[in-house]
Amino acid sequence: MKSILVIVFSFIIGIGEDFPDANEILKKVDENLISKNRITESKMVIYGRRNSRTVTSKGYSEGDTKSFTEYLSPEREKGTKMLKLEDRLWIYSPSTDRTIQLSGHMLRQSVMGSDLSYEDMMEDRELTDIYDAKVIGEEEIEGRKVWILELTAKVEDVSYETRKSWIDQERFVPLKEELYAKSGQLLKRISLSEVEKLEGRWFPKKMNYKDMLKDGKGTDFIIEKIEFDAVIPDYIFTKASLKK
Amino acid sequence: MILAFQLAYRNLMGAGLRTWLNAAVLSFAFVIILFFNGLIDGWNQQAKLDNIEWEYGNGQLIHEDYDLFDPFSVQDGHGVLPVSEQENLVPILVRQASIYPEGRMLSISLKGIAEEQEIVGLPTHLLTNSTAEIPVIIGKRMASAANLRVNDEVLLRWRDVNGTFDAQHVTIVGIFDSNVPTIDNGQFWIPIKKLWEMTDMEGHATMFISTVDQPKEIPGWNFRSQEDLLRELTEIIEMKKASSSIMYILLLAIALLAIFDTQVLSIFRRQKEIGTYIALGMTRHQVVGLFTVEGSMYSIFAMILGCAYGVPLLIYLAATGIGIPEASQEMGVSIADRIYPVYGFALILGTIALVVISATIVSYLPARKIAKMDPVNAIKGKLQ
Repeated sequence: MKSILVIVFSFIIGIGEDFPDANEILKKVDENLISKNRITESKMVIYGRRNSRTVTSKGYSEGDTKSFTEYLSPEREKGTKMLKLEDRLWIYSPSTDRTIQLSGHMLRQSVMGSDLSYEDMMEDRELTDIYDAKVIGEEEIEGRKVWILELTAKVEDVSYETRKSWIDQERFVPLKEELYAKSGQLLKRISLSEVEKLEGRWFPKKMNYKDMLKDGKGTDFIIEKIEFDAVIPDYIFTKASLKK
Repeated sequence: MILAFQLAYRNLMGAGLRTWLNAAVLSFAFVIILFFNGLIDGWNQQAKLDNIEWEYGNGQLIHEDYDLFDPFSVQDGHGVLPVSEQENLVPILVRQASIYPEGRMLSISLKGIAEEQEIVGLPTHLLTNSTAEIPVIIGKRMASAANLRVNDEVLLRWRDVNGTFDAQHVTIVGIFDSNVPTIDNGQFWIPIKKLWEMTDMEGHATMFISTVDQPKEIPGWNFRSQEDLLRELTEIIEMKKASSSIMYILLLAIALLAIFDTQVLSIFRRQKEIGTYIALGMTRHQVVGLFTVEGSMYSIFAMILGCAYGVPLLIYLAATGIGIPEASQEMGVSIADRIYPVYGFALILGTIALVVISATIVSYLPARKIAKMDPVNAIKGKLQ
């Protein structure tokens, strides 16, 4: 019995030693996903109970703190613009020709009826700043070996106390992410796919956000065109650009 | 004056069916006015009692940052009141949350209330008696919107004081039936101690229901008296009263038009009679008075006729009440499934005055012509 226990323990410890440092993994992930700035053309497919609708947009972002998005279709959303500067978010609606700043509870509303909230889009702190990460195992997702990272909040003001992230062991791109409530209830699942090498980095072109408490297929976020480290004029990230 | 009444009475009785047709139309307007106003007064009275019983108590002490009409104020509109200051006060903490019945999401107000309270009609004793981890009581409207029944479990998602999500199944331990939608629509009631524990907001409250009329002044908290809280409801009902008055004003206008026409016709056809009155020594103004009394007497007849069929009808309706369709009960204002009309003294006297005065005015207007008549031509029956 004693010898069995020793074997089991040494096996567990042995596995533990084989796991790389979680922060190193996250750093490599950041190298792939984070760029100085980027211009994207994307579409969001929002699956409803009976039908689905597609919203296309063009987005500009600089670091994690500045971003500007203009919705291109459907007709109802066309011309709607969104500007995020640090922790502030403005939305311009062409039908009312007004710009409003979203704050407080409004940030918790869904974006265009999708499974994403404005707050989800607002989170710009680096994961390593707000979570303690550790590797808790490895498995395979669609034939690719992944590390399973468990992230536990180390600061109080986070939306999700724990997260799990499945990181591709070769490409260092997350393939799946799960967000949990304090009670351990799974709240959201993000599945990332169509990983391609773009401008020397691996990048997932399709993401599916799914509110796990609701029925339905969630929301797909598909990047159709992406340009890293492009030149973005400064005026884009000003309130004046919302009305242009 | 007595002579004028006697003559008017004889003339009207002599006119026969024409008189009774006018009186019947006017009496109909009289009964309808009484009924509609009685119905709205009954609604007002019932709604006030219901709101006091279910929501307002003897007033509310509300955190200064909380605005009932601004859902965004829920997040920061709360505070801690020292226990020593909480005498005669029942705490309520409001938080925003979501429930997921049958795989769909519904936003709700999660309200914590002291289970031992007895000031409002919420069956909070069900929360005390329950063994469920998180017991909840909801109103019938909430139950119907989320398709929930007693003993059902539903997943609740909320945020703690730092904004971190938490989620757990809660158990419906009671469904209450209240006429007050503002404590029912989109609301979950749980023990306040449980809510404190769930949100890490020990001791916090958004508002307090007072068991006394005027608690002492506390900085940071505004007291709204029962009267002040009821004012909004009264204003809504008064507005409803004004809008529904259009119908009976139209009806009254038709009745008054009939009297006006009758008067014009009488004066035209009874010129010889008018001339004779003046020849016999009556002044023109006395004759105008006679015709005015005659016209206004229609309203007296209308009262008598209205009482004959209206009193039993209105008493019957006051006893059985009027059923209100379910759709009207969803409109957000307290309204019972049956409204019992209330006919106050002021309402009856006011309606009588309205009918008599308006009938008198429309009788006087055509009768003014008499003052301009030449008595000689009038006796001859010449058209003037």
